[in-house]
Amino acid sequence: MLKDVREESGNSRAAVSHVPGEIGIWIMIFGDMMVFTLMFISFLLGRRDQSAIFEASRLHLNQNYGLLNTLLMLTSSWCVAAAVQTVRTGGTRTARLYLRVAFGCGLGFCAVKIMEYGEKFHAGIGLNSNDFFMYYFVFTGIHLLHVLIGMGVLIFMSRVATGSVDGTHTGYLESGASFWHVVDLLWIALFALLYLLPDLGVP
Amino acid sequence: MDCPVRAAVLVAGLGCAVIRRRITRVWLGLLAATAFSWAVGQGFFHGDQRNAGVVILAIAFVKIRFVILDFMELRNAPLGMRLVAEAWVICVGGTLIALYRF
Repeated sequence: MLKDVREESGNSRAAVSHVPGEIGIWIMIFGDMMVFTLMFISFLLGRRDQSAIFEASRLHLNQNYGLLNTLLMLTSSWCVAAAVQTVRTGGTRTARLYLRVAFGCGLGFCAVKIMEYGEKFHAGIGLNSNDFFMYYFVFTGIHLLHVLIGMGVLIFMSRVATGSVDGTHTGYLESGASFWHVVDLLWIALFALLYLLPDLGVP
Repeated sequence: MDCPVRAAVLVAGLGCAVIRRRITRVWLGLLAATAFSWAVGQGFFHGDQRNAGVVILAIAFVKIRFVILDFMELRNAPLGMRLVAEAWVICVGGTLIALYRF
């Protein structure tokens, strides 16, 4: 933490500016987001070249799974943000409850993804089917890896949020929370790009 | 007070406390925006598909901005850090929309 200024209430308005968590986590987050930015650009460039194949493949995806996973990620992110705010006011027990719900949402996300992958494999669709599915499996696979790491981070956060929590502990919690929120925001972009974006050629 | 009444008051109190938080209102807004994008993607709103794609991408990056500012708490971060985050959202969102649309 650069400045150990804590909010007195659960509201997000702080009197003094404050960098949440450690500066190192922000460097990692920035790098991660840059890599994903290049991946998004690469996907849209590929899409321009093979729009018909990409559109036909996109329509094979189950948008409802994408929607459900987005709702799960947003809810888990809200729980993690609420846990950090609750810890600042000393409510470690409630914070751990929020973190457990967030972990449950993460598990739900993984279950939906496994179900979705299973359906694709069952239909004979794999990484080598075409460029769209290559992007789909690589992007969602890397993201799923982030979710799994993030769930480990949530367990760590739950252990930190016990007993008396000082500024250092709050810093750990803020760092872990920031990582989880990145996992959430990357999924928001993936949901839009892979599942929802219609082909320009469709009237 | 009866037990069920006490429970109802407790739940209502907790609900009020939770809803008073800005992050809860942001979360509800994000859920609504997600449902709206999904509906646009399903073609529930008739119109030019090109505009639908732009709307979907724009909503995604507005959602991302709120996650960064409110969940990641960069709304209260030093100005430079917030500017980098805002610039990332605008540049990446704008680039993706331009790549898609043109």
